[in-house]
Amino acid sequence: MPLTKRIIPCLDVDHGKVVKGVNFLQLKRAGDPVELAKRYSDEGADELVFLDITASHEKRDILRHYVEGVAKTINIPFTVGGGIRNVTDARNVLCSGADKISVNTAAVEKPEIITELADVFGQQCIVVAIDAKRNLSPTEGKVTVQTDEGSVWFEVTTYGGRKSTGIDAVAWALQAEKLGAGEFLVTSMDKDGTESGFDIELTRAISEHVHVPVIASGGAGVPQHFVDVLTTGKADAALAASVFHYNKYPVPVVKDYLCKAGVAIRQ
Amino acid sequence: MAKAVIFDYGVGNLLGLKCALEQVGFGVSIGVSGQDLAQADALVLPGVGSFTPAAKKLECVKEAIQNKVVEGVPLLGICLGLQLFFEESAEGFGEGLAFFKGKVVRLQGDLKIPHMGWNTLNLVKSCELFDGIDGGAYVYFVHSLYPVPIDGSVVCTKTTYGTTFTSAVVDKNVYGLQFHPEKSGNVGLQILQNFAKIVMR
Repeated sequence: MPLTKRIIPCLDVDHGKVVKGVNFLQLKRAGDPVELAKRYSDEGADELVFLDITASHEKRDILRHYVEGVAKTINIPFTVGGGIRNVTDARNVLCSGADKISVNTAAVEKPEIITELADVFGQQCIVVAIDAKRNLSPTEGKVTVQTDEGSVWFEVTTYGGRKSTGIDAVAWALQAEKLGAGEFLVTSMDKDGTESGFDIELTRAISEHVHVPVIASGGAGVPQHFVDVLTTGKADAALAASVFHYNKYPVPVVKDYLCKAGVAIRQ
Repeated sequence: MAKAVIFDYGVGNLLGLKCALEQVGFGVSIGVSGQDLAQADALVLPGVGSFTPAAKKLECVKEAIQNKVVEGVPLLGICLGLQLFFEESAEGFGEGLAFFKGKVVRLQGDLKIPHMGWNTLNLVKSCELFDGIDGGAYVYFVHSLYPVPIDGSVVCTKTTYGTTFTSAVVDKNVYGLQFHPEKSGNVGLQILQNFAKIVMR
């Protein structure tokens, strides 16, 4: 039996409420991160990711409150990200019960933060999140990939996709790995929210270059998308939000489908 | 209520482990000194951190832990905790507790490292800690090193990731797990429940 591929529901949380991809008909049930976390854990999710998108000064207390709530409720690993900028932020989240922390914009702006975090908490604890966008204009020195859109390279974006950086995502992943990243969470900004499938080329480009696990994110719509990204895309794990929140394809349904497709999955 | 003391190396998350131990019936406290450990009915070395700083932190309580083990108090080591039961580690300098002869080596080969995620247990010897656990049960791993005991008779389970390595060892009242039972869903909870049963009998 090999190491299995992981299926990871993601909760985007604002002021303690799950906000993204929530079916408004089920708002009451889907709105509470602790309740949702428990449901996903019971349903056989392999891990959970929490992205805190609260933009206010009371952020830290809210974050601590729900991270603790989740830690006490579930017994699977969970990662917390969103606005972690230094060792103190990371320590707060980890001491509240998170198993891993995810850094994104802060790491792009100050790469050495990855080393600082890995030195204190261990490499396995540090997830580097990369939000990438396809760039169709040919640029020298970038890792290009042939796709159905032609030759593209993948550009790192920050601040939730609002800012383009000109940085090559594959080169950034290699640099971040050297600095101490233990895992990558790779989100396609082109695919996010479309439910049209993961960006297979993006995921594979990064997974083939690095030696730590890669979580693919952005675009999951049907179970076959998970098969594609975990096989052709060479991802070690696949993350999704709305397919699970909507209950359109609950975790056990996706896992069952993967199993029948011959993908190694924990059931 | 049986009292479990988790030794704190000073980094990271102990809450998940604390909650899981409470769930199986322990009163749990976090300890940093020999005095903290003195009242324990069970000792737990957790799995977050790295070998050299943790071995250094352990120096001041080494004797206290060794005495408790001689008294027969059950000791559970998780991940790094298990690795500290050996003599030395490829992760860095420092002396382990040497309850098991052998050393801790790095996972190698054309693999993603850390070995991160759910993998299976192959039960190689019957052990109370794994009562009710089927061979092939899934548990959660996150590690880059694994133990190589000299005495093969202490090996309880094995797991394969590129190489086949020892994923649990037991010798009398010392129990070491390379995976994280507190993160391993119901299978992990069953293992902790078995540990509680051993402590409370």
